[in-house]
Amino acid sequence: MYVAVKGGVAAIESSWRLLETQRRGDTTIAALSVAQIRAQLSLAVDRVMSEGSLYDPELAALAIKQASGDLMEAIFLLRAYRTTLPRLGYALPLDTARIDLVRRISAAFKEVPGGQLLGPTYDYTQRLLDFALLAEGSPNDTPPVATAAQLGAGRPADADPGDAPATVPRINELLAREGLLETPDPDEDASIGDLTREPLMFPAARELRLQALARGDEGWLLGMGYSTQRGYASSHPFAGEIRRGFVSVELAPDELDFSIDIGDLEVTECQMINQFNGSRELPPQFTQGYGLAFGGGERKSMAMALVDRALRADELGETHVAPVQDQEFVLSHADNVEASGFVQHLKLPHYVDFQAELELVRKLRERASRERS
Amino acid sequence: MIEQHYNFAFLDERTKKRIRRALLKAVAVPGYQVPFGSREMPFAYGWGTGGVQITASIIGQSDVLKVIDQGADDTTNAVNIRRFFERTTGVASTEKTREATLIQTRHRIPEVALTDAQILVYQVPMPEPLARLEPRRRETIQMHALTEYGLMHVRLYEDIAQLGAISRAYDYPVLVNERYLMSPSPIPKFDNPKMHMNPALQLFGAGREKRLYAVPPYTAVRSLDFEDHPFEVQRWEHACALCGATESYLDEMIVDDQGSRLFVCSDSDYCEERRQAGHLGSQQLVKQEAA
Repeated sequence: MYVAVKGGVAAIESSWRLLETQRRGDTTIAALSVAQIRAQLSLAVDRVMSEGSLYDPELAALAIKQASGDLMEAIFLLRAYRTTLPRLGYALPLDTARIDLVRRISAAFKEVPGGQLLGPTYDYTQRLLDFALLAEGSPNDTPPVATAAQLGAGRPADADPGDAPATVPRINELLAREGLLETPDPDEDASIGDLTREPLMFPAARELRLQALARGDEGWLLGMGYSTQRGYASSHPFAGEIRRGFVSVELAPDELDFSIDIGDLEVTECQMINQFNGSRELPPQFTQGYGLAFGGGERKSMAMALVDRALRADELGETHVAPVQDQEFVLSHADNVEASGFVQHLKLPHYVDFQAELELVRKLRERASRERS
Repeated sequence: MIEQHYNFAFLDERTKKRIRRALLKAVAVPGYQVPFGSREMPFAYGWGTGGVQITASIIGQSDVLKVIDQGADDTTNAVNIRRFFERTTGVASTEKTREATLIQTRHRIPEVALTDAQILVYQVPMPEPLARLEPRRRETIQMHALTEYGLMHVRLYEDIAQLGAISRAYDYPVLVNERYLMSPSPIPKFDNPKMHMNPALQLFGAGREKRLYAVPPYTAVRSLDFEDHPFEVQRWEHACALCGATESYLDEMIVDDQGSRLFVCSDSDYCEERRQAGHLGSQQLVKQEAA
């Protein structure tokens, strides 16, 4: 006699054990510590924090460890944790002009006030595999040039805690002074939406679009941004400025009439400057796109800036010619936690629906063969 | 073992309250999709986050929870969701439809008639019934506002013109309270008639799409059709091989290399209850017919 398959519970528990075995790997090799991941896989940690929408390097490193290095899974873990945290208040807007710089470049001007600072970058490494790294614990470990504190561990240890970071003026502001750069005029009284509290509705205001892009998948934004360079809603961008460094987060509680510095964040900010021929409403001038990511997320912030600019089509009176200008298309599909979940839900049983389709196809075929004969 | 680190049913009380408010609106406007601030859950999107958020918002200490997927209590995702609520609430769970006060489901409505003491929570992947015709939400909101459902009727008509029948076997569109076009979620159309004038409260949650909607008790739910092509449900030539039921939705299983089939009830509790009551099926396989 046939007995229906049971055992979902036992199967799930076995799966947990197998997953743990897979995660740990070969036990003759030392286990990876969260501190090692945080310090040595810092760009992975930065990506998980950006798309996980939570600035916590330790938990991001833990998530990476738990996810066996699957960054999307790690992002999901961090998001699922983030959702349980209380919302205590909203910080003041970050002032990225007051920054302890790690890196800062402008591709638009040769010399800029505050200077160009190359900082750590893969750009000029020639991408040759460094076989010295294969020899683990090699005595050839070059002593770090910059202090470790400048990269990932907070503000420089020798900085006076009372010292405010230096002010490095943003290139955009210099251009805007001359009227050459279109500058959105924020309505000071307008309330700022919060993507995590209210569902995204379309058309979405720019601050909500930027929130969605900031947590959006780097790969999706990269592809979308790339498409604008290849002629789909071409936007002729220049990297006006890319800056990476530590900025203060300040909170102004209702009870006090001054703000409190509650800590530092490492961010990478990208200001794209785009050529614009003007429209019926606006004279010829440059326009801008904005990108921001945690840590050293430079590729992400650049791609984000390109997509942000493309999504401003309506504001600037441009006609829609490419997918990247369609807010609903870009933003509804940018979140990799949503996308990954829905694509992978196809693994769930669909016996019932498939049975319904089978019945239908058999019936339609029967009808078709009756009509033929 | 109840998790001590999280609030009762995982979500914080403020979030639950917001979801309950959205649910009240949904009940007040049957079939209307209410946007809500869907939270990230410790489940993947597409795996029941909407249903889980509704259940978490309305479950109480005295509830008895049943969770089914494809009609069965022991499919892995149903097991996972049930264990989540056992861990975060400690409430009693059951596999028996008649004993449950709260039933979370994916893709089926139980065969046993529900009562006014029960709530059925559906997991919904794509809440927009017009999505396959118009993917832009901006547009579909307007179409609903204007009751502009002609596109859907044309689509169904085209099916009849080209195939001789409406080719929607599941997620078959319904009109709720003669006003809003609604996706019944991907239940087979076999289950659609059960929604009509059901004494139980029916709640629908789409977490990824951040919308929820409702069919209040005793509300008219009409499956779209035409006078000369009336709505029909699936029928099988076979009875359930285990319990002999002829009125239930059947799952088809391929049991050997020759393609022999076994047809059994998709609702595992219904099948079990019938067998307990002494009903016995043929236990017979169905040989595959040559194409």
